[in-house]
Amino acid sequence: MGKYVEKEALPPPVSTTGPVAWVRQNLVSTPLNTVLTLFALYLIWELLPPILNWAFFEANFIGDDVSACSGAGACWVFIKTRLGFFTYGFYPDPERWRVDISFLLLALVIVPQFIKGFPYKAWIGVAGLTILPVIVGILLVGGMFGLNHVETHQWGGLMLTLVLSYVGIVAALPFGVILALGRRSEMPTVRLVCVAFIELWRGVPLISVLFMASVMLPLFLPEGWDFEKLLRALIGITMFQSAYMAEVIRGGLQAIPKGQFEAAAALGLGYWRSMGLIILPQALKLVIPGIVNTFIALFKDTTLVLIIGLLDILATVQSSIVDPKWGGVATEGYIFAAFCFWVFCFGMSRYSQALERKLHTGHKR
Amino acid sequence: MTKDPDAITDTVTEAELRAGHNLDHEVAKEDVIQLIGMNKWYGDFHVLRDINLNVHKGERIVICGPSGSGKSTMIRCINRLEEHQQGQIIVDGVELTNDLKNIDTIRREVGMCFQHFNLFPHLTILENCVLAPMWVRKEPRKVAEERAMHYLERVKIPEQANKYPGQLSGGQQQRVAIARSLCMEPKIMLFDEPTSALDPEMIKEVLDTMVQLAEEGMTMLCVTHEMGFAKTVADRVIFMADGQIIEQNEPHEFFNNPQEARTQDFLSQIIGH
Repeated sequence: MGKYVEKEALPPPVSTTGPVAWVRQNLVSTPLNTVLTLFALYLIWELLPPILNWAFFEANFIGDDVSACSGAGACWVFIKTRLGFFTYGFYPDPERWRVDISFLLLALVIVPQFIKGFPYKAWIGVAGLTILPVIVGILLVGGMFGLNHVETHQWGGLMLTLVLSYVGIVAALPFGVILALGRRSEMPTVRLVCVAFIELWRGVPLISVLFMASVMLPLFLPEGWDFEKLLRALIGITMFQSAYMAEVIRGGLQAIPKGQFEAAAALGLGYWRSMGLIILPQALKLVIPGIVNTFIALFKDTTLVLIIGLLDILATVQSSIVDPKWGGVATEGYIFAAFCFWVFCFGMSRYSQALERKLHTGHKR
Repeated sequence: MTKDPDAITDTVTEAELRAGHNLDHEVAKEDVIQLIGMNKWYGDFHVLRDINLNVHKGERIVICGPSGSGKSTMIRCINRLEEHQQGQIIVDGVELTNDLKNIDTIRREVGMCFQHFNLFPHLTILENCVLAPMWVRKEPRKVAEERAMHYLERVKIPEQANKYPGQLSGGQQQRVAIARSLCMEPKIMLFDEPTSALDPEMIKEVLDTMVQLAEEGMTMLCVTHEMGFAKTVADRVIFMADGQIIEQNEPHEFFNNPQEARTQDFLSQIIGH
């Protein structure tokens, strides 16, 4: 019989750590991987220099009009001179500081959410969802507190995109929660109404919703009931997205074990308290990826307001491209628009990942 | 329907409690739970058939029987996790009807422990314990936390208070679940197979907690297969099969001198190995 001897922990073999091991494991682990690695390197070698040349080395950054562009590289002068239009649309020049302040307020709410341990982070977030839309609304529309009224048809560009998507996001989430709860309600009427609502809005394309909102609705409304086109678009987008949101959240609700509902009931918590304190916090956390997916889709879908005559950022880019003064700047314009969308969508995606990590309390059971 | 439960205990002697086991409940006001002619169906399936049961204040009852016999369903009817269709359930003088107010009142008085603990995984142990006192009984956080720590000490895990349920062992989770129920200071505790999902070495710590609770005079209804627990602490053992109460007796008689053939069968199966 061998006697038990405690063995010491040894460092791992050299071949499993360090950069050489990384290359071995990730780039040349099998013959196929080696071939793929070489092919990828070849593609980078072929494609990257021309792209860099076009976008940076031969590009034109300085100047005020088309004459500043040599034609060899990208004409970023175009973006630079039209940046005001892309950002504010037709918002009157002397009033643009109001939009700037709105951007600043939005940044003040969003940036702390990315910083770990920022004081009163949660409260700032709550303010961003409740007070911020009101303040920004007053600021942008004006007509009170000595601010000049700015018609919403003058809004445009990035500002309009952000207004549409922010309002859509802030309103669609609570609506979605209510619809999801309603669809699982034990009261037949409530359930029926919610199912009908969700299926109706999910069953039609957003384009037709926007058409209905801007063209058809005024025909049915009594004389003098006409209200802002932007407001109608906002309501249409919110209704449409909350139907999707409801289904995402319902998925989360269904994943919560029955025992959680029973434990909450056994402790004497009523319906709203057990939903608000026990079920929804868990369900929403489960479906963060789905919720953010819907938000990202919403953000990109706002470009569809183009067809009812609202100029979002993509529409401002598009209308500038066709300007005969600037010939052949379509690529630059579209790249710029794509980059703007990408920055916001990527930001949302990163935030959701951070949130998932933070809320994970290690309870996989 | 209101009464003062404390005044009643003073008048109930041990002998009277024992006498009560013979299903002869003349003095109805002793009873904190009364099931009278209760029936329940799942669709066409008749799960509970004409259940009559009276439980005195301070009585410890163990309910056993083969699986599917309706044991869990019966105790889940007592706090309305399941709805009964016929008969009466009266808990602490309040009848369970569709009246939500009555259901709330009864759930406040009746604590429950589940087979799978059902702790809230997104909250810490302490938050699990203070949630209901704060939201249902409207207690200030400080008061609720003090009581939570008191009960966590009693189930011997105060040091885990700030961990999440997922970080605890099964036995610890079940003890937290007991503490969470006790934080509502219930008059009655229901246990639905509290040790069935536990590893063998953790069963004892949970049973010890339950024995301690029983010794302090809590009214307990416990569905369990732990016959050792039944022998040591139960005042009465109830045997159920096919949705009916087949036999009930005090534990010594129940285990040594079962009357019904079904009971004898069941006991020979669980004790025979």
